Amino acid sequence: MSLLELSGVTRSVRLPDDRLLEILRGVTLSVDTGEHVAVVGRSGTGKSTLLNILGLLDAPTDGEYLLEGTPIGRLSARERTRRRGEDFGFVFQQFNLLAGRTALENVAAPLMYARGGQFWRRKTLAAQMLDRVGLGDRLDTMPEKLSGGEQQRVAIARALVRGPRVILADEPTGALDVETGQEVMGLLDEIASMTGAALVTITHDLAVAARAQRHYRLTEGVLVPVDLGGAGHEWVGDVPTVHGARSLPGAVRGVPELGPSVPAQVQP
Amino acid sequence: MTGLVGAVVEAWDELRLHKMRVLLALIGVAAAVTAITAVTAAVEMLAQGFTEQDERFNGRQVTLSVDAWATSPDVQADTAALDATYATALERYGITYASRDMYTQVPFRFPGGTRPTETRAVDPDLGVMQRIGVTEGRWFTDADLQTFAPVVVVNEVFLESLGVSGLASRPTVLLGDASPVRATIVGVTPRMWQGEGPSVFVLYDQLARWYTPADPEWGPTVPSLKVWVPPEAADDLAPRLQRDVVAALPGWEVQINDNRSMGSSGLDGAARWVALGVGAFALFLGGLGLVNIALVTVRHRIREIGIRRSFGATSGRIFFGVLMESVVATVVAGVVGVVLAVAVVKNIPVDFLFGGGIQDMPPFPVSAAAVGMVCATAVGALAGLLPATVAVRVKVIDAIRY
Repeated sequence: MSLLELSGVTRSVRLPDDRLLEILRGVTLSVDTGEHVAVVGRSGTGKSTLLNILGLLDAPTDGEYLLEGTPIGRLSARERTRRRGEDFGFVFQQFNLLAGRTALENVAAPLMYARGGQFWRRKTLAAQMLDRVGLGDRLDTMPEKLSGGEQQRVAIARALVRGPRVILADEPTGALDVETGQEVMGLLDEIASMTGAALVTITHDLAVAARAQRHYRLTEGVLVPVDLGGAGHEWVGDVPTVHGARSLPGAVRGVPELGPSVPAQVQP
Repeated sequence: MTGLVGAVVEAWDELRLHKMRVLLALIGVAAAVTAITAVTAAVEMLAQGFTEQDERFNGRQVTLSVDAWATSPDVQADTAALDATYATALERYGITYASRDMYTQVPFRFPGGTRPTETRAVDPDLGVMQRIGVTEGRWFTDADLQTFAPVVVVNEVFLESLGVSGLASRPTVLLGDASPVRATIVGVTPRMWQGEGPSVFVLYDQLARWYTPADPEWGPTVPSLKVWVPPEAADDLAPRLQRDVVAALPGWEVQINDNRSMGSSGLDGAARWVALGVGAFALFLGGLGLVNIALVTVRHRIREIGIRRSFGATSGRIFFGVLMESVVATVVAGVVGVVLAVAVVKNIPVDFLFGGGIQDMPPFPVSAAAVGMVCATAVGALAGLLPATVAVRVKVIDAIRY
């Protein structure tokens, strides 16, 4: 039994002019414990929607999503929220640290919704987690005083502090330079491996995606497996390819320069 | 348990983080609680001041006054029999506080000559019964009844007329005209009004021993008897007392009065309602300010709310958290308001406002403080409802990207 399993998942929204916009179409994906899966795709292809569904922030319009074999459609809203807090850790592109709170308070924030020992020992646990990401000496520093890489490390510590079973990273290196991005991804990989958490990364960056064990491409709401086989890929048209085979003018290694976003399919 | 504690901790963190905003929002609430508590305390003081003022003239509640007057100039008063009747009645009815009281004119010798002076012949209990305060010296005690020479308590005007500045020199004054007796001044009562003349309190028995006032043209006089009794006993006691005195004074008209219809109890209730009205209005305005600021704050926190939802915060928890921020804030404001009220009440210039001060200072109105606190908390909860509703209606996905 997979940890996460999507089967024929569709997500559509009705537009103001009453047309139906299909963001995801028939997505099938399974993620096992400890696995690292990457999803690549252009802007507007439904990557974040896929991540939101995986993280129980959104629900499929159609299809089935099994969380450890349990259809999430059967869970109450309260139960979904509880599972989201306990089982998932989110890492966002813009870090989304809470303003006005220190690094320690930010990392302790998810533990405010935990129970028992996790709640009462939240500051100790947060300090330990910050120490694990190398920020043990910046506990009382405000986020705005930290560099981008440090802020993302705080965000990673925050995502991991409740010991989630799945880490969902949405463009985790999107706001970082290449070198810092690699460092942050290395850290994320390392801690995810150590804790045995599954890691699902959504990224534009093929070098980041290549760190995963399995790779998928999302195009116009359709998820297809691809084999990146390692770092050094670029986008060519809609398809990632090995660096050097075909090159899009202006593309930089590891930082793909994408064209206009591809709109999802709209049905009348 | 952790949910509740977590919500309170979160609310406190929010308040800590937005101290200035909270401070501004809560000034109105704190002021309202101060107003409710302090004005109620002031009203109670005012009411007590009026009551005490009233009791200085009419006696404490309930004071029964037995008054008798001769129906013709030929009727004689058997004062010894009357005194015995009074004494028997007090003992029979278990009356603790009683005093004879007679207004008369007694000659006293001043530096300018002997002149008749307004005099009240009383017993020591009258001091308690009518809250007779002294600015210097003391009121009569039971021990004074045993002294052979008379003692008197005079007003400030009397002392000034005597050319004496205080009691340090143990001043005395000659009482009577033909064969005067030297009376010792043991206490001084304050001046009650402008243009007040000299007046004296003297113990009834001592006056009777040393001076016999000339009967007025309309006939002999006897002292009234004033008794301070519990309200529940007054109705039963009044006719009995009247009957006893009528028996002792044949041919005299005897009337009994009580002071329940006098007084200022109406002021107490009305003024308290005014105070509560003013406080409630202030609290309403404070609450409006709080709602306004809380709504703006929630809109600024939409992203944060989305992030917290991603941590596993339920909509109920978000609702409760935002509500608690408002409640915790107003509770803090309420405490501040009560502390301010205590400071205000402690510094009310009682002597200045209630001339002569208040003997029995009313206790701090804990009930008003509690009402203020409860109202502040309720206003906080009401003020928090709207922003809390806005907070839970935020779509998580939109909020995170906000």
